[in-house]
Amino acid sequence: MTEEEKERNVIVCRCEEITMGEIRDWIARGYDTFDELKHILRVGMGPCQGRGCREIILREIAKMKNVPITQVDPGTFRPPSKPVKLELLAKKEGGE
Amino acid sequence: MSAAAEAAFFGAKVMIVDSDLRLGGQLIKQTHKFFGSAFERAGTRGFVISDMLLDELKGYGDRVETYTNCTALGYYKDDGVVSCMEGEENYFKVLPKKILVATGAQERLIPFPNNDLPGVYGAGAVQTLMNVYGVVPGKRILMVGAGNIGLIVSYQLLQAGVEVAAIVEAMPRIGGYWVHAAKVRRLGVPILLEHSIKEALGKDVVEGAIIQQISPGCGFIGEEIHVDCDVICMAVGLNPTCELLWQAGCEMKYIPQLCGHVAIRDRSMRTTNPNVWVAGDAAGIEEASSAMVEGRIAGLSMAHELGYVEDKEYREKSALYWERLNALRNGEASAKIREGIAQVLMESSGGMER
Repeated sequence: MTEEEKERNVIVCRCEEITMGEIRDWIARGYDTFDELKHILRVGMGPCQGRGCREIILREIAKMKNVPITQVDPGTFRPPSKPVKLELLAKKEGGE
Repeated sequence: MSAAAEAAFFGAKVMIVDSDLRLGGQLIKQTHKFFGSAFERAGTRGFVISDMLLDELKGYGDRVETYTNCTALGYYKDDGVVSCMEGEENYFKVLPKKILVATGAQERLIPFPNNDLPGVYGAGAVQTLMNVYGVVPGKRILMVGAGNIGLIVSYQLLQAGVEVAAIVEAMPRIGGYWVHAAKVRRLGVPILLEHSIKEALGKDVVEGAIIQQISPGCGFIGEEIHVDCDVICMAVGLNPTCELLWQAGCEMKYIPQLCGHVAIRDRSMRTTNPNVWVAGDAAGIEEASSAMVEGRIAGLSMAHELGYVEDKEYREKSALYWERLNALRNGEASAKIREGIAQVLMESSGGMER
């Protein structure tokens, strides 16, 4: 495997098993915000909710767009910040 | 804990929610003695400070209610409700009058081939394993990062009888205090500056690593060096944990000096959401001593907002805490922190602050 292939094969989002190569390809196609990548690849939608991959992806976006990381939108944060069983939520609302 | 103690001291009712099995945050695994000023318990070991805070909280009896193994999952800004989950089964909601987000930090990861092999750890995880659970992570370690965490954890690994093959640091200088660096150097551990990890080796688990010199802006140069190790420990920095602050609609700003997105706040540690305060690493990566003073400031301010503290006393005590905070941030090593804080501190939103 070449150095480049090795680098492309690094798993960035472990929850959803998304590689650096996939992320770079989609940024090149114009999906150059965290939320767009999240919609298309599910990065940051697993159990860790982006705590492992967000920073790496934001750096990659900054690098490929040639902008400082301070200007890269980190995307939307919605509750809950860790998985909750639907059963528990349904029970609490008193319904089925 | 500091904020809770401060607010409870003045009579406020406090509920602490912590995802860990016991209170204390990072302090419970810090076996080294603290620096700084005597005010902030310099010379005392981290876990002892945690016990002291716990005792202080116990002194307030029922006024402080504690939920451990319980995660604050979300903040709903329409009604100010916070959802929590204790363990994996007990989901409940709280409607606090004021909220402090003191969620600390998460470890930064860097991408390199095979970084998902078992045996690649964060330094914080290694510290938890060893100092909280008494488990050594392996036999021979490669430490990535020569900041204070990398240096201290290396020393603690050596104390536990684990070999440290080398410490690599991408920057041209050691990021941590010299006293910590000197300790590991005296024990014969090489610290390789301008070097980083290129690849982890191994099929099912870490069996080694390739490190290489890096040149600023040009990536890897020179010869690849093979390191024999069964654990790779990453100490390449932290990011503030601030999901709840985003959910609360607080104005956030990326501040490189504070290691990530942090909330704009006033001198009372109140964010742009008038019901939400922030303190500690969640407000910007710094040190435990300043985190505890920030907690005191936030706790004091929250108690004041709730009417538990007279204006005069509030002003005096707040000024005192700021003196202590400034003293901690006075040194040469804190220049970066001072620059960062200057960018996120806003004029008071109309409270009693100066």
